[in-house]
Amino acid sequence: MSKKSIDTQLVQLGNHSDEKTGAINPPIYLSTAYKHNGIGQSTGYDYTRTKNPTRAILEEGIAKLEGGDAGFACSSGMAAIQLVLSLFRSGDELIAPDDLYGGTYRLFNQYAESYNIRTTYTKFESAEEVKALITENTKAIFVETPTNPLMQEIDIRLFADVAKEHNLLLIVDNTFLTPYLQRPIEFGANIIIHSGTKYIGGHNDVLAGLVVTKGTELSEQLQTNHNASGAVLSPFDSWLLIRGLKTLHLRMKQHDANAKKIVAFLQNESSVKDVLYPGIGGMLSFRLQRSEWVAPFLERLQLIVFAESLGGVESFITYPTTQTHADIPEEERNARGVDNSLLRFSVGIEEVDDLITDLKQVFNTLESEVSN
Amino acid sequence: MSSYKESVETTLIVASTRGDSEIKTGAVNVPIYLSSTFHQEGFDDFGPYDYSRSGNPTRDALEKTIAELEGGARGLAFASGIAAISSAFMLLSSGDHIVITEDVYGGTFRFVTEVLPRFGIEHSFADFTDIEAIASAIQSNTKLIYIETPSNPCLGITDIAAVVNLAKSNDCLTFLDNTFMTPIYQRPLDLGVDIVLHSATKFLSGHSDIIAGLAVTRNEELGKRLAFIQNSFGAILGAQDSFSLIQGIKTLSVRFEKSAYSAQKIATYLKGHDLVEKVFFPGLSTHAGYETHKKQSTSAGAVLSFRLPNRSIAKTFIENVKIPVFAVSLGGVESILSHPAQMSHAAMSKVEREKRGITDGLLRFSVGLENVDDLIADFEQALAIAAKHHEKVGI
Repeated sequence: MSKKSIDTQLVQLGNHSDEKTGAINPPIYLSTAYKHNGIGQSTGYDYTRTKNPTRAILEEGIAKLEGGDAGFACSSGMAAIQLVLSLFRSGDELIAPDDLYGGTYRLFNQYAESYNIRTTYTKFESAEEVKALITENTKAIFVETPTNPLMQEIDIRLFADVAKEHNLLLIVDNTFLTPYLQRPIEFGANIIIHSGTKYIGGHNDVLAGLVVTKGTELSEQLQTNHNASGAVLSPFDSWLLIRGLKTLHLRMKQHDANAKKIVAFLQNESSVKDVLYPGIGGMLSFRLQRSEWVAPFLERLQLIVFAESLGGVESFITYPTTQTHADIPEEERNARGVDNSLLRFSVGIEEVDDLITDLKQVFNTLESEVSN
Repeated sequence: MSSYKESVETTLIVASTRGDSEIKTGAVNVPIYLSSTFHQEGFDDFGPYDYSRSGNPTRDALEKTIAELEGGARGLAFASGIAAISSAFMLLSSGDHIVITEDVYGGTFRFVTEVLPRFGIEHSFADFTDIEAIASAIQSNTKLIYIETPSNPCLGITDIAAVVNLAKSNDCLTFLDNTFMTPIYQRPLDLGVDIVLHSATKFLSGHSDIIAGLAVTRNEELGKRLAFIQNSFGAILGAQDSFSLIQGIKTLSVRFEKSAYSAQKIATYLKGHDLVEKVFFPGLSTHAGYETHKKQSTSAGAVLSFRLPNRSIAKTFIENVKIPVFAVSLGGVESILSHPAQMSHAAMSKVEREKRGITDGLLRFSVGLENVDDLIADFEQALAIAAKHHEKVGI
């Protein structure tokens, strides 16, 4: 059989995993311990932290979807990042983009202060600019693309070449696009990170993180660390992610189509100063003409939810200033473009006209107040 | 292993993983199979499972566990206790007649009096503490004698072996609701009962967190017939709840022993209290069914009822107890107090209720796992307030 398309891989995840019963849908193994038939006779499972049959289906599945060699399911997206950071030691340095998820930024600061693992930040607009920051201590380039919340696209292939040339790891947080829309390993990335809470789970009902590695050595190292630090995903949550993955392709197509229509609407809306959209996926950001409109705008939304997080079937609007990026000092935030009029929109898969109607009714009230 | 007789405490823990489905991983707990359907081995070569309503590996592990615990041929898991009970009644046909204990759980009462007559299945109630009364209720078309012992809520005791003899000589089946005792204290199939029924929501699961019913048949033939009904009616237990129930069963003996110990102390305490008119508990030697119960069960269980003089005193008492939950249901880790007249037996008319001793002052108490001295102290203070209220009102 020829290589299956990603749509088919997603739908079939976990099928054929249980020959004994023929279950179409994989069982949830809550068992923490596994019997050995004799000394040294493991079934491959010993203790659930180390390996669990339900989690293994998810881990093997995401590795295959991303084109990597091994997958690791963690208890949250941040736990996944932490697992990757366990590869480094005091004195090592990372390079990351200015525009970065606030939680990652906070963790990098902690690593700098507590473990002397420092990160330098730059725009990632050219190879030279990044190369100029590389020192003998630099061990990795860590990027998100599109960036959060400014939706800048970072050229993965370009920085994969830079990383290879300088013997660095390229780590890509692929949360926004998922392997359905972007597979960074194919462009030379070494490690993929996901907040599985977002599009992969897709239903705002599970907190999870995933890591995928390319290469035997990296995979083995992370496997050791995953077991040793223990921030593993529970079997039930693993099953929810498997369930989420089965509709990832349908959801991503709809998120993408809805976002494109919302972008077109917002670009013609006079209350909106500018719209940031990378041309793909379900995430966009926009700035209102006046920052004092943000509060009434958020309060008056009737369908779209004002909440933190993204990637679920429901539409969410987030205010980075007070939510995701509250840990970045205001001056620095403004310098990076995350100013007080910026809103991030995770476009859900509701009927897009209903979303536009909701936005319209809010904009109408804002504009009529201005004209009064 | 074969010559060794395993004790029930051990069976509780190990029975669910005796199947061969865990050989691949060695898991010490059965996995939860949420899969609704299963691959078939070939065009006309079907595997052990096809569709989860008909059979599910997780539910199977539970069904085998309860069958083993009750010493029956076949166990079947249902969506609720009443789903198990009503499915078992579906073994009957139009024109059949049931003799049933008058002191029966309100939900069973409702099914027998309001649903079964629509299918042309009749019933007669009888005092099941009196074998003569049962015998005289049997008609030529009686096909089933339905027992609850201890009964709910008055803890009446039925002589199981005597009823089985009566049933056999009249060519009737016997069903027994074993919810109050569970197989660790009473094994009705050993005494010749045909089907044992459970609201597994109670002691078997024990954590007040799932609704479930179980049935166990004495022989394979009845097992097949009831499995056919389970599959065709479809009131099955889901895989997730099946797993919860398997886990609950593992601690049944430690939970139930502790609750039963506390119940005995509380019954004795209540019996000595001036405000309490009567205590219904088969562990008291003054209880009418004490000797019979002792013969067929190894514990008095953890449910007791007691009668306060009237509704108003019962109300004052309930409003002043602090530890027990005032709620329907029983058999949880939490102590639960209920008022049968308004709760489990609300489906019965006042006349029918009072005939059965379910007065407005009757309270049922399911003893949980709290410290028994705390429970008694709590009762003491609430009864004192109720007594004072009683004097003031001057009833």
